[in-house]
Amino acid sequence: MTIDRRTVTQLAADLRARKVSSVELVRACLPRIEASQSSLNAFVTVTAEQALAQAQAADRELAAGRGGPLAGVPIGHKDLFCTAGVRTTCGSRMLENFVAPYDATVVARLQAAGAVMLGKLNMDEFAMGSSNETSYFGPVRNPWNTDLVPGGSSGGCAAAVAARLVPAATATDTGGSIRQPAAFCGVTGIKPTYGRVSRYGMIAFASSLDQGGVIAQTAEDCACVLRSMAGFDPRDSTSVDIPVPDYLAGLDAPLAGVRIGLLKEFFDTGLEADYERHVREALAVFERLGARLCELSLPNIPRSVPAYYVVAPAECSSNLARYDGVRFGHRCRNPRDLTDLYKRSRSEGFGAEVKRRIMTGTYVLSAGYYDAYYLKAQRVRRLIAADFERAFAEVDLLMGPTTPTTAFALGAKSADPITMYLNDIYTISANLAGLPAMSVPCGFVGGLPVGLQIIGPHFAEQRLLQAAHRFQLETDWHARVPERCA
Amino acid sequence: MRGFRSAAHDTFVGSDRGGHRRLARGDSLMNIHLGTPVSAEAGRRQGDAWETVIGLEIHAQLATRSKIFSGAATAYGAPPNTQACLVDLGYPGVLPVLNAEAVRMAVRFGLAIGAQIARQSVFARKNYFYPDLPKGYQISQYELPIVAGGTLEIVLEDGSRKRIGVTRAHLEEDAGKSLHEGLAGLTGIDLNRAGTPLLEIVSEPQMRSAREAVAYMKKVHTLVRYLEICDGNMQEGSFRCDANVSVRPAGSEKLGTRTEIKNVNSFRYVEKAIQYEVARQIELIESGGKVIQETRLFDPDRGETRSMRSKEEANDYRYFPDPDLLPLELEAAYIEAVRAELPELPDAKAARFSAQYGLSDYDAGVLTASRELADYYEAVTRTVPGQSKLAANWVMGELAAALHKDGLEIGAGKLSAERLAGLLARIADGTISGKIAKEVFEVMWASGASADEVIASRGLQQITDTAAIERAIEEVMAHHPAQLAEFRAGKDKLFGFFVGQVMKATQGKANPAQLNALLKEKLPG
Repeated sequence: MTIDRRTVTQLAADLRARKVSSVELVRACLPRIEASQSSLNAFVTVTAEQALAQAQAADRELAAGRGGPLAGVPIGHKDLFCTAGVRTTCGSRMLENFVAPYDATVVARLQAAGAVMLGKLNMDEFAMGSSNETSYFGPVRNPWNTDLVPGGSSGGCAAAVAARLVPAATATDTGGSIRQPAAFCGVTGIKPTYGRVSRYGMIAFASSLDQGGVIAQTAEDCACVLRSMAGFDPRDSTSVDIPVPDYLAGLDAPLAGVRIGLLKEFFDTGLEADYERHVREALAVFERLGARLCELSLPNIPRSVPAYYVVAPAECSSNLARYDGVRFGHRCRNPRDLTDLYKRSRSEGFGAEVKRRIMTGTYVLSAGYYDAYYLKAQRVRRLIAADFERAFAEVDLLMGPTTPTTAFALGAKSADPITMYLNDIYTISANLAGLPAMSVPCGFVGGLPVGLQIIGPHFAEQRLLQAAHRFQLETDWHARVPERCA
Repeated sequence: MRGFRSAAHDTFVGSDRGGHRRLARGDSLMNIHLGTPVSAEAGRRQGDAWETVIGLEIHAQLATRSKIFSGAATAYGAPPNTQACLVDLGYPGVLPVLNAEAVRMAVRFGLAIGAQIARQSVFARKNYFYPDLPKGYQISQYELPIVAGGTLEIVLEDGSRKRIGVTRAHLEEDAGKSLHEGLAGLTGIDLNRAGTPLLEIVSEPQMRSAREAVAYMKKVHTLVRYLEICDGNMQEGSFRCDANVSVRPAGSEKLGTRTEIKNVNSFRYVEKAIQYEVARQIELIESGGKVIQETRLFDPDRGETRSMRSKEEANDYRYFPDPDLLPLELEAAYIEAVRAELPELPDAKAARFSAQYGLSDYDAGVLTASRELADYYEAVTRTVPGQSKLAANWVMGELAAALHKDGLEIGAGKLSAERLAGLLARIADGTISGKIAKEVFEVMWASGASADEVIASRGLQQITDTAAIERAIEEVMAHHPAQLAEFRAGKDKLFGFFVGQVMKATQGKANPAQLNALLKEKLPG
């Protein structure tokens, strides 16, 4: 018995119908995860004992006719959601042995909904990266071709779902960290509106951009998991007190009359021709479903990447100051004095990409540079948000490619940070504007998945999920499984 | 709380864990001279050639029960690191939530000094590394503070008043403490204080002498205690200040280079530190040197300031708006609701005391220097109506001296306002003289007994029986025939001798007015 190709929705139903027990599912998953580690390296920590205990508890609840909407469903958490008693590494040597004494709100809510945690998923160090190569625990590999990267920073999450090691995983997206790996691995991912999911217990990279979300096989599963993790949290001052709708209700609603905008700036010269062909074919599917397409231009979009690489490093340089070797995390051996303690603990604890961003961020916030970089980037951010606002006065959804190319080879871009950063060119703007966005599998080029990106206005998650779900009822790209994992 | 919200949302603000903390005892009664006369000339003691310019940054610890961004308690003196939660420790993943009570207190202060309350203010991060700063940044307000542009009035020695501008007051969190004692070669970190709410009150550089600066500081001290937003305890660091000091040639418009004296936590030290610093700067300039912009520390043992770090060594704090906290937005209705709850403020109370009780401005100022003292005084006058001046003299005189001698705060002694009033009533109705009253007071102070009990048990009741006094006078006259003869021969000043003798014979209990009258009648024969 394996989770095989069953979705969260199917598993939850089978568990409730007592066709399968949670313990059986967990027992089936664990050896598959174990076996995959050498080739995929998707997990940093596997919590076998705890998972079995949670599964037993879920089975008891289910037997008694109780249990939350996800009772007994195994999931994985990106390794930056704090889990009480289980280490949370953030993919960094700095937190290699860090065990949080509390659960992130997302973790607690999913546990309350009955989900069973199988383990913590590998990621780029502190969520900084687009290839999962910056993880201290080694790169994750793409299940479709293990010579390729799975994308990042939620590479472990996307790879684990693509390889059907877990039916769904929590993830986070600061500049594309859910959507880009979802596209590279052929799975479905949603980054909700900023403020929709609590950031409490989610280790920060860039606070004004970070947002927790879900990677799963289908839009329906994303709706199912998101429903249990979203909502106001008094411990996160930036979480928003707007009721969470039932994302599952209305998924089947027709798309007739829905206005879809194609972002001209997303179909630029950097986009691979075959990738573009699949995206346009996907758009034709929506047209057949009754949606109306039009082309739109958001003139400030090209400024997203430079603005992002000022704002995100600025916040990161401050957020990561707490890793000083004093209270938790890596501490160097035998520090000579305070300065030595700081310098060596941080030099040893952080990897190259994290250091690069801390230095960039420190620079752009420095006296004499603040106005020219940070303030200017914030102005650009407002212009981009205004662009989107104008667009959403005309259309209900925006669509385009998630990435310019399919997954690239390990090592192909790691020497050149700018090339790496440009991989996020289509995803970053939604973070800058705080908008909800998804990536949905929409084809294959050379055996590698292609992602369709859907962006909506603030708090329009339901509309995104509905469009993605209707698309998935018409297509089977999302249901394809890498041969080696089938 | 109604009408109070963060941008775009309604209830981002955590509530304080309780109502008011009972404010700790006020300052000692010696401090009631706060805000009262200082020398307008003091700043020019160094010679008329130089003018001193002083601005103060006062840190008042807000008397909330929990911290400004977490639910941990703020009580002073707990064992190290027992009042620090994950937020205070800066743990990965945790987030700050603003304490609504700290905001209310800041607004109270702003309204009390007639300042603008910002409808939108912004929390920023001040970034620097220090072991007792867990997050590597302090959350403070930088470009948009909650309070801007108020004024306070101080009284100069010549009785004239001077207005001192308050540039701004902003909310921020305190850091922890580094401990060096008893940890040979090591530094200990106590994070109990980390996250404690502070209101930083920044003055204009409008003070011209150390004594003006102290008067201003005392005025702020009085005010924050009136407002019940700070316990004012300076030993515990609840009220401390940084002084920015510079000198310039008299008549010059251009400000001299300033130094900043950090973290001074007593009025006396502030005065001494500024005086030392002014003298140091003048001496430096006059001997051909230049003042360097730097941070200095005051060493109370040696009475001098010492360089801590220069401008070049100063941190670049890389302030930017804290993305974990949305801009704080206050609705007009919320601000008005806070205004409606303001107590009678010191200046208004002093004016009322002058008018209602016929006190001098000075007495009214002294008696309103703290709410506890003013309340005590009013309780005394309520109990002995019509004796407001007598009550003022006793509260400011005997009572203040006794409290000071025992190192007690007002209200902490055994003598309640009602008991003191009981004593004053016996003076007023002639039962005892003022002189005897002082004796009675001492017994009451020590024992807690009532005035009537002391008078009765010690037989101190004044002799008002004319016949009894006459008898005593006649006895004295009979015993001192020589003096009587001299007096009758014109030596008037011997009148006092007879007063003294009769008082001695009656153990001081003869009614002085009656005694005078009777002596005048009898001595001339």
